[in-house]
Amino acid sequence: MSDVLTVTDLAVRFTGEGGIVDAVEGVSFALKERETLAIVGESSSGKSVTALALMRLLGGPPNCVVRGQVTLRRQDGERLELLSLPEARMASIRGRDIGMIFQEPMTSLNPVQRVGAQIAEGLHAHERLSARAASDRAVSLLGHVGIPEPALRARAYPHQLSGGMRQRAMIAMALACRPRVLIADEPTTALDVTIQAQILELIRALQKETGMSVIFITHNLGVVAEVADRVLVMYAGQVVEDAPVATLLGRPLMPYSAGLIASVPRLDDVRRRGGRLAAIPGNVPDPRARPAGCTFHPRCAHARPDPCEAARPALEAAAPDHAVRCARWREIAA
Amino acid sequence: MIRFLIRRIGQSLVLLVLVSMIGFALLHLTPGGPLSQFALTPGMSAATLAQISHAMGLDRPLPIQYLDWAGHLLRGDWGRSYRDQQPVLDIIVSHLWATLELMGSSSLLAIIFGTWVGVLGAIRRYSIADYLATIGAMIGLSIPTFWFGLVMIYIFSVWLGWLPSGDMYASGHASFIDYLRHLILPCLVLTLVTIATWSRYMRASMLDVISQDYIRTARAKGLRRRAVLVRHALRNALLPMITIAGLQLPTLLGGALVTETVFTWPGMGRLFLDSIGYRDYPVVMGLLMFSALLVLIGNLIADLLYSIADPRIRLS
Repeated sequence: MSDVLTVTDLAVRFTGEGGIVDAVEGVSFALKERETLAIVGESSSGKSVTALALMRLLGGPPNCVVRGQVTLRRQDGERLELLSLPEARMASIRGRDIGMIFQEPMTSLNPVQRVGAQIAEGLHAHERLSARAASDRAVSLLGHVGIPEPALRARAYPHQLSGGMRQRAMIAMALACRPRVLIADEPTTALDVTIQAQILELIRALQKETGMSVIFITHNLGVVAEVADRVLVMYAGQVVEDAPVATLLGRPLMPYSAGLIASVPRLDDVRRRGGRLAAIPGNVPDPRARPAGCTFHPRCAHARPDPCEAARPALEAAAPDHAVRCARWREIAA
Repeated sequence: MIRFLIRRIGQSLVLLVLVSMIGFALLHLTPGGPLSQFALTPGMSAATLAQISHAMGLDRPLPIQYLDWAGHLLRGDWGRSYRDQQPVLDIIVSHLWATLELMGSSSLLAIIFGTWVGVLGAIRRYSIADYLATIGAMIGLSIPTFWFGLVMIYIFSVWLGWLPSGDMYASGHASFIDYLRHLILPCLVLTLVTIATWSRYMRASMLDVISQDYIRTARAKGLRRRAVLVRHALRNALLPMITIAGLQLPTLLGGALVTETVFTWPGMGRLFLDSIGYRDYPVVMGLLMFSALLVLIGNLIADLLYSIADPRIRLS
């Protein structure tokens, strides 16, 4: 399978009144066709910023500088370097080649526009469709994402729909032009657990049907286990581990990944250990003052002054499809 | 909806009664009365003055006078001017259009340009244009209208001699072009002051909207920058401006009062000031009630429009 999207050395730097923040540093990964890549990490690990940078939806310079390369391979084989495209050209990529859905479906929809019109608008922007045809397509798309009485719902305003329905409408909007890549930024975080499962199932079914690739951003490892083929673990703006989902969840090499997995609450653990939850000690470092050496060493049980505090470890290949950023992974694994 | 209307109209009526009471009391508390201008007339005696006062009913207790006035008003009789015995309503209506022309033209210009300046300031935040607009708005808000008007007259009428300094028509030839030439200066003064306020509100509203999630969604759909700005950002940013426009009405009326006086524009503002000078109680009270009614109706219309423009609002 070939790569649809290749990200090389992506870096995002914000300059504000509070100083310089390197939100993302040296992120590289490749997204294969039909693959679901999960990006996992705590808040402020840089996972959402990475996604927004790919879509070029962050503010521009001088406050925000994005470096690196993002290469999209289109349906016809054409390779596009997204970060250097003119804005108008990039707008024609958004929604057509890469669709995106967001965490909060209430605030992500325009409150004063009918749901159907908001979907039709995207179709209209990319395809030469009459207004009538676009709104008919919007209705059938709503039906396709499992919204009952789609013709009625298309005429509704966002506040008249439930959270799950709104997220379904967002998905219909993002997939209206059948993009090859869907970026889902915590799409189920704001939803009830039962609705979460339905939305995950919907994304999976649509992916099977259209053959699109999905970048799934989440902090929920339960969701990762359910949807992902491959996992990218991010910490303090960097990729710290990149592995197939079974490997990562079964034998993580980076102590941070292991810590994340250990801190997933499990009913049987809670009973056995008397209600105590495992947690990674400490907090994500302030991005304006990240520790020297490995950024995770102050919170790591395996940290040693040498080599962990001496230099920032590089992302190393532990196996052909498994990369890890840890100076001591061999000793820890042993 | 119907219940909302009934409640709002009820509230407005109570407000109107309060306004009329306070206005009536304040007016009669001001030193000097309608008769003071006759006091210095040669041959006028205190007895004659008292006689006139009695004939006009001004010697009765204030509450009685108020009830008498209010009773007539309820029967549709706004009274007659002390000055020329014309019916008050006729006088107001004859001055109404001049004010509406001035307010209407300047509001229209101010809304168009103020929106533009505000949007520009928001999307090019902290740019040179934004700073200039901010400074301009501060100047526009802080200089007194009458002084600004006088400066304008000095520059354009006295110094350059381009435009007339006052009135609505030149005596003799009353053409539309002539009318426009008279309208320019007072309209400009009122417009610039209104732009200052409007552009500030617009900038804040727009800044609030462009950081919303749905703007990001609109861009993620692949809409062009202009489509995002006009269809999603501007539409939402204009919603609160409907209310602001309603709230601005009294300010605009006040501004018109000063501007009309400076430019001797024959509108309600000037009529108000003249009538106060003469202590022409019926006309002043009539104008007061008329303005209050205008403001209340303006706000009611603003609320109704808001509920039409924003589907989330249900009037109840």
